[in-house]
Amino acid sequence: MFKLENLNLHYGKKPVLYNINLEIKDGESVAVVGESASGKSTLMNHLYKSKPDQIAWCPQDEALVPSLSAFHNIYAGTLTEHHFLYNLRNLIHPYPHEYVKIKSIATALDLEGVLKTSVDQLSGGQKQRINIARAMIQKQGIFLADEPVSAQDDFHKVKIIKTITSSFKTCVFVFHDLDLALTCCQRIIGLAKGKILFDEHVSNVTKKQLSLVYSHHNTHLESMLV
Amino acid sequence: MSKTLQNNQAKRFITSAKPMWQSSLFFIILTIICLPFLEFEIAHTSPMSEFKLMFLGLFQPNFMIDGILSAFVYTIVFAIQALVLSAVIGFFFAQLYSFQGIRLLMGFLRSIHELFWALILIQIFGLTTLTGVLALVIPFSATFARVFSEIQQETTKLNYHQIKGSHFSRFLYSTLPLAWPRLSSYCRYRLECALRASVVLGFIGLPTIGFQLEGYLKLGQYQEVSALIFLFIGLVLSMRFWVNRFTLPVLFLFSIIWLPPTASTQSSSELSYAQIEETTWGVENLNRFIEDITPAPLKNAANIEGINKNNIDRTLSELWKWFYSLFETQILPGISYTLLLGQFAFALSAILGLVLFPIISKHMIKCKYYRNIGHLALTSLRCLPELLLAFIALIILGPSLLPGILAIGIHNGALIAHLVGLHSNELNLREDTSSAPNTYFFELLPRVYGQFLSFTLYRGETILRETAILGILGIPTLGFFIDSAFEEFRLDRAFLLILVSAILNIIAEALATKCRKYIHTHKPSRAVSSLALIRN
Repeated sequence: MFKLENLNLHYGKKPVLYNINLEIKDGESVAVVGESASGKSTLMNHLYKSKPDQIAWCPQDEALVPSLSAFHNIYAGTLTEHHFLYNLRNLIHPYPHEYVKIKSIATALDLEGVLKTSVDQLSGGQKQRINIARAMIQKQGIFLADEPVSAQDDFHKVKIIKTITSSFKTCVFVFHDLDLALTCCQRIIGLAKGKILFDEHVSNVTKKQLSLVYSHHNTHLESMLV
Repeated sequence: MSKTLQNNQAKRFITSAKPMWQSSLFFIILTIICLPFLEFEIAHTSPMSEFKLMFLGLFQPNFMIDGILSAFVYTIVFAIQALVLSAVIGFFFAQLYSFQGIRLLMGFLRSIHELFWALILIQIFGLTTLTGVLALVIPFSATFARVFSEIQQETTKLNYHQIKGSHFSRFLYSTLPLAWPRLSSYCRYRLECALRASVVLGFIGLPTIGFQLEGYLKLGQYQEVSALIFLFIGLVLSMRFWVNRFTLPVLFLFSIIWLPPTASTQSSSELSYAQIEETTWGVENLNRFIEDITPAPLKNAANIEGINKNNIDRTLSELWKWFYSLFETQILPGISYTLLLGQFAFALSAILGLVLFPIISKHMIKCKYYRNIGHLALTSLRCLPELLLAFIALIILGPSLLPGILAIGIHNGALIAHLVGLHSNELNLREDTSSAPNTYFFELLPRVYGQFLSFTLYRGETILRETAILGILGIPTLGFFIDSAFEEFRLDRAFLLILVSAILNIIAEALATKCRKYIHTHKPSRAVSSLALIRN
């Protein structure tokens, strides 16, 4: 799916990722973890840009259209699948079958009650779920998400990620929540200061590896691995 | 379809965009209602031949024009003097803007177009520098006062209350530094307006390039016209290189020394004013002016000796007759045409604004060089005075409402497109946005529509004011009757008609403000600094 060899990336003139070697195979669900500014989002953006036509993309900044309804924002994920005039008609007056299609995804994410409400009237958590739904509606093989559930409660977090992993063959997530990474993914990649510290199956990840990734608040993390 | 779905389908969409589409629908219906009253016939016998001549002139500009340099210097000098003086006066009145009386006064002063001010001031000061500068300074100061006060109010909200100290200290340490970038950015835009207004003053005889433009247009010498237009566009485009906080004081000083704003035509420079006789300023001019603007029946009554009930009754009945005949023959048709032209110009500006903004939007045109061409096109269209555009359209199409609609619509449409385009460039869209038409309807339009409406409503106020002055070109708006009254030296009529036009503008401004508030109280919108640029 993805193969990176000796990848170096810059943000402007500032180097962000150094000498990254990475392979993600078809069917894997991978979590990328690391502190803020460790290069996680840059890595995800790079992955997205390498195969934009095969990826359902769920960026950290939702960038939803505030004055459009949740329905229209989710539908916006499928614009390329239809003719422009079909899209325009659906914007002015939604097709019932499109509504049914979107409602089924919305129900899985507890959004069915707000589908007709404009996004600027919704909470941060609801917006985040709309962002996920917008990606989930795309008929792609790979799901790429940058901190998709940071604003959700613990129960919803696990439920949502499991829904995603059961719908998409290959998934790559960025998580701050290690617990979630350990619960829902098969493989964890630890990033620190632009370098890969470890790349292991969840069962092989050690406490020491995690404490190196989150060197600033490892006391909190130790309890997670108990 | 399940029952729950049907219930859900029955429920309407709850969208914050509702006030926006309601307002849009209102204006669309209003435009459709006005359509049957529109006269579109092209009166000119051969519009294409004139257009062909103009088109050829466009590609063969003749820059060898007598007095071209001094015309440009006059244009700049009037604009610089007006800008600096009105910014200072406006800033002063902005501090007093919380007083109802000041707000009303400023509202009244800016509701009269600079060209009407010039026509009034000529009666008192003659065709002099003072007339030109004051005609710009009076409405500009009032506009500055409003804009400065709005900018200060918006920035005061930010952190004024977190700072302790006297009102003045807090103003210096909080409001002013926060407002400064927007104040100076507004001043830059205002200079562009001042240059445009300075050109327009040429149409009534002041020695700016408008004077030459009018002359060459009337003679059909389009090579000279295109040269003047190109140079003026160049002047506006190059403004950022020759106007900054260091050069502005020098330019102002130079302009004051070179052309002191006095009512005397005797100056150190060789003035080429289009005046016939020498004018000297005196109190008698003002007395004569006040006498001239007094309604004729009242003036006649003052000449009759003895006041008794019969005389008063007769005077009142004559005054009513005077007013009624004016109302029937001039005010009513004038207002109707002004509103009609204003409505169509408003609709055209809105349509052009929406259609043209993508040409400078980075989300629609990815290539920077193509976007620069878009910027150049929009700047060229908006920097030309509406009066000039109308004059050109009038020559091609003949006298009807169409030239006026096109001129005002194109000018304002380009300005709205420019601001909406800039606003769209501030937006960060997702990486996975779709093709251009989808991006336009699903990403850009819903995001920029609120700002677009705000900009368009702000322009709506100015459009009506501009509509009125097109009358001096023969389009039968209020300005037509005002100009005719000035030509016939019936200043009482002219003054009443100017008052009517001012009241019309004040009402339009109040309605536009209400409409903006309706849109924004229902949908809080982000404060955008470029909003200040639209205020005129």
